Amino acid sequence: MAVTARPARWHRNLSAKIAAIPMIATALVVFVGGTAWTVVYSFTNSKLLPREKFVGLDQYERLWGSAKWLISIQNLAIYGAFSLVFALVVGFLLAALLDQKIRFEDTFRTIFLYPFALSFIVTGLAWQWILNPDFGIQAVVRGMGFESFTFDPLYNPDIVIYGVLIAGLWHETGLIMCLMLAGLRGIDEDIWKAARVDGIPMWKTYLYIVIPMMRGIFVTAVVLIASGIIKVYDLIVAQTGGGPGISSEVPAKYVYDAMFLSQNLGQGFAASTMMLLSVIIVVVPWAYLEFGGKARRV
Amino acid sequence: MTSVSVRDLSLKFGSLEVLRTLNLDIDQGEFLVLLGPSGCGKSTLLNCIAGLLDISDGQIFISGKNVTWEEPKDRGIGMVFQSYALYPQMTVEKNLSFGLQIAGMPKDEISRRIERAAEILQIQPLLKRKPAQLSGGQRQRVAIGRALVRDVDVFLFDEPLSNLDAKLRAELRVELKRLHQNLKNTMIYVTHDQIEALTLADRIAVMKGGIIQQLDAPLTIYNRPVNLFVAGFIGSPSMNFLPGRIEGRGDQVRVVLGSGLSVPLDGYEAGEPLRDSLEVVFGVRPEHLTVSREPTSGPSLPAEVELVEPMGADSLVWLRLGTNSMSVRTESTAGFLPEDAVHVTFDLAHASLFDASTEERI
Amino acid sequence: MSDTVTMKGKPLTYSAAETDPAVPRHAGSAVAVGPSGSKPQKKLSRRNIVLYGVLILAALYYLLPLYVMVITSVKGMPEIRLGNIFSPPVEVTFAPWVKAWSEACTGLNCDGLSRGFLNSVQILVPSVILSIIIASVNGYALANWKFKGGEVFFTILIVGAFIPYQVMIYPIVILLREVGLYGSLTGLIIVHTIFGMPILTLLFRNYFASMPEELFKAARVDGAGFWQIYFRIMLPMSLPIFVVAIILQVTGIWNDFLFGVIFTKPDLYPMTVQLNNIVNSTQGVIEYNVNMAATILTGLVPLCVYFVSGKLFVRGIAAGAVKG
Repeated sequence: MAVTARPARWHRNLSAKIAAIPMIATALVVFVGGTAWTVVYSFTNSKLLPREKFVGLDQYERLWGSAKWLISIQNLAIYGAFSLVFALVVGFLLAALLDQKIRFEDTFRTIFLYPFALSFIVTGLAWQWILNPDFGIQAVVRGMGFESFTFDPLYNPDIVIYGVLIAGLWHETGLIMCLMLAGLRGIDEDIWKAARVDGIPMWKTYLYIVIPMMRGIFVTAVVLIASGIIKVYDLIVAQTGGGPGISSEVPAKYVYDAMFLSQNLGQGFAASTMMLLSVIIVVVPWAYLEFGGKARRV
Repeated sequence: MTSVSVRDLSLKFGSLEVLRTLNLDIDQGEFLVLLGPSGCGKSTLLNCIAGLLDISDGQIFISGKNVTWEEPKDRGIGMVFQSYALYPQMTVEKNLSFGLQIAGMPKDEISRRIERAAEILQIQPLLKRKPAQLSGGQRQRVAIGRALVRDVDVFLFDEPLSNLDAKLRAELRVELKRLHQNLKNTMIYVTHDQIEALTLADRIAVMKGGIIQQLDAPLTIYNRPVNLFVAGFIGSPSMNFLPGRIEGRGDQVRVVLGSGLSVPLDGYEAGEPLRDSLEVVFGVRPEHLTVSREPTSGPSLPAEVELVEPMGADSLVWLRLGTNSMSVRTESTAGFLPEDAVHVTFDLAHASLFDASTEERI
Repeated sequence: MSDTVTMKGKPLTYSAAETDPAVPRHAGSAVAVGPSGSKPQKKLSRRNIVLYGVLILAALYYLLPLYVMVITSVKGMPEIRLGNIFSPPVEVTFAPWVKAWSEACTGLNCDGLSRGFLNSVQILVPSVILSIIIASVNGYALANWKFKGGEVFFTILIVGAFIPYQVMIYPIVILLREVGLYGSLTGLIIVHTIFGMPILTLLFRNYFASMPEELFKAARVDGAGFWQIYFRIMLPMSLPIFVVAIILQVTGIWNDFLFGVIFTKPDLYPMTVQLNNIVNSTQGVIEYNVNMAATILTGLVPLCVYFVSGKLFVRGIAAGAVKG
């Protein structure tokens, strides 16, 4: 009986390889190539058009010397910290309330989640109107007799980012609630029975048993919120346009303005590289914790 | 004539060796069962024969043709899966005709084959139904039908009865045996169920760790297992293993079981001379032991009843023998009670001795 | 890691109970536990008052903007100037809606939102179709054919989903400009397909991987090839995941602003960009009622998708949780 040798490898699963060409092209050209290109060109003094005149860290020095960038970073930090804490806490509380075998659960869930279906532009414009000092909440409260009442976050440079935060939370807490609810529903009901038999009060059961069991969901939620925070752009454009002045600028808007409005590509590349760096700082430790230790394939 | 032949087959996933230089010849019309615990490589071997896995090294021949690098459809095989794997959106008829259509077979030939398969398996009334409307047994019949219409020499079964309940499993087992007697195809059948293996097989290949441990007729495997693993894996309730040591030579050779108890090895057919003071494991099945209240003429030892497990016709009596514990199959009418003092007699023609260090049969 | 993030190759399960919080569970909340039929439940216990009170307050916060938008959009400007934004309209008028649709001005034109709506539809339909076709075939190839290098590219793709868009935008601008597609709808469609690819591929890969592998093996023994298995075995079985993908893409692409503003020209701007330009480009008197009507109009498509799809939407975002 004749022995046959292994045939050439390249045409094994040929159809699958051909079908994967768009994915391979996207992964290599856009994700790897595009990212590398931007990082490399962040070291040039490209203005209106990209050019290969390397100037070392000049763009970064200019970036960190720019008031607009510093305010962007500060805003992102404030927005990020509050958004993370409030979205997690509110999202979990709402989910825990909905998990009490209540009536109209579907109705409440639908109400809490619908903002997430809307665009940030719509969200921003809606809250711009409600927070409008001449007609919105401030005017209504003053109309009730509290003449000195002041609530004009969108017109006050010191607190404008909190005005954006209100809208941002309105948009995203429903999503977090949904994740949390899925997590709560995934917990074995026998846990509740056991806690009940042991006479553990409900709040303690949540705090010491349920929440630790939902670690995975919390990590997902944090990654989700964090990657959303860094992308905040449309909301600002619609709600404040970065103003008053430059008081509600964010990094994503800084990049867009530098690249497409002020013909300062080098600055845009440097700023977007900084954004990439901050994502790496968040994602790499997480990925390492989740996947690295167990040496599992992603 | 050889139907399926596997030569030096190896399969590695990275550094993990799943199958190790495996050789296997299966005769035309033979019913071969691959038996072993999960992870032993039996399903993997079947998938390699089917062409669903690329092997790392070796060659596979089916009906005299080298099919090592052929597509599954070109190997002349039909396959039946544990989960039936019927296409849920197609009727039974479409399920049966799908492969034939792809092969470009004329319509009248397709319907002729479906008719024949449906008749053999008695599924004519089901042809217009979808899989979801069938019971588990009916689904598996259709799955067998899908292999049948291909009109091939070799059938591969991957644990086909494991998803069925016990009663149905027994029924279909008989049906499979009948099918094999009528069709006389070569069948390779993977299972972890030793009853299926013992009842269906012409030969059984017991596998562990990607290696065939023993390839023999069912009764040979049952009576003369080649090593401790095979001995423990086959038989239910499982074989009693008693650690011991060989003493004496020639006619006087005996196995000492600790606590000073010893059994003369008069009737034991050793494959090699028994060496004095060799550490061994003495294996004897529960059905090859007898318990009596009085000593018997055969090699017997005093023991105490520990507990009794009634199993219907039989009872399993657990005995304490010195520091060891062992089970004996008795008739339920024998009426032993815990703490009864009894004698246990060994049927040495059916006992096994294993070298304690190599775990091989002596 | 949870069931919702599935980057380690564990298949997403689509059994309703696992990913769908909308399915009621019969025990497990604290109140549900206890011997059945023991103590009669008081309808108005203090606990229930607090529970429903908090939920209703929260619901009001979420509903408030929608309510304010709707009533503002049907008031006349004089009434808005004098009244309270929370008070219901004295006189209902739909003139602002008409104006928002067909007459409202951006800095560049006065066609209202209708132009943006048409552009958005022209962007949406091909983008959704193209992105889903490509991603479903990718996911199928990855899940079932396990070709060499497949996992490497897939990993790059998933990691790429975490890279801020800003990092990759300009190279794409250059690439599209090179092939003459920058500023065209086709260019934007390609961009949507590219950035939709990670999450959709993940979605489809996990779905196909969760299907019984034996089905795929049976089809191969039957002699079916790559495309035959895709079209005749896999496609008919995966309607639910296609619906989830469509929901995900329709809302995502409709709501996009960044790509629209960068990759198209003003006369091709999608509805979100047009809306923002109408509201935020002040020319003369600001007509708040028209602005709100325009805002609602723009949100209408995703809202309809949301209310119609219900539980599938939840499933989609649970699956899309990794996208961010």
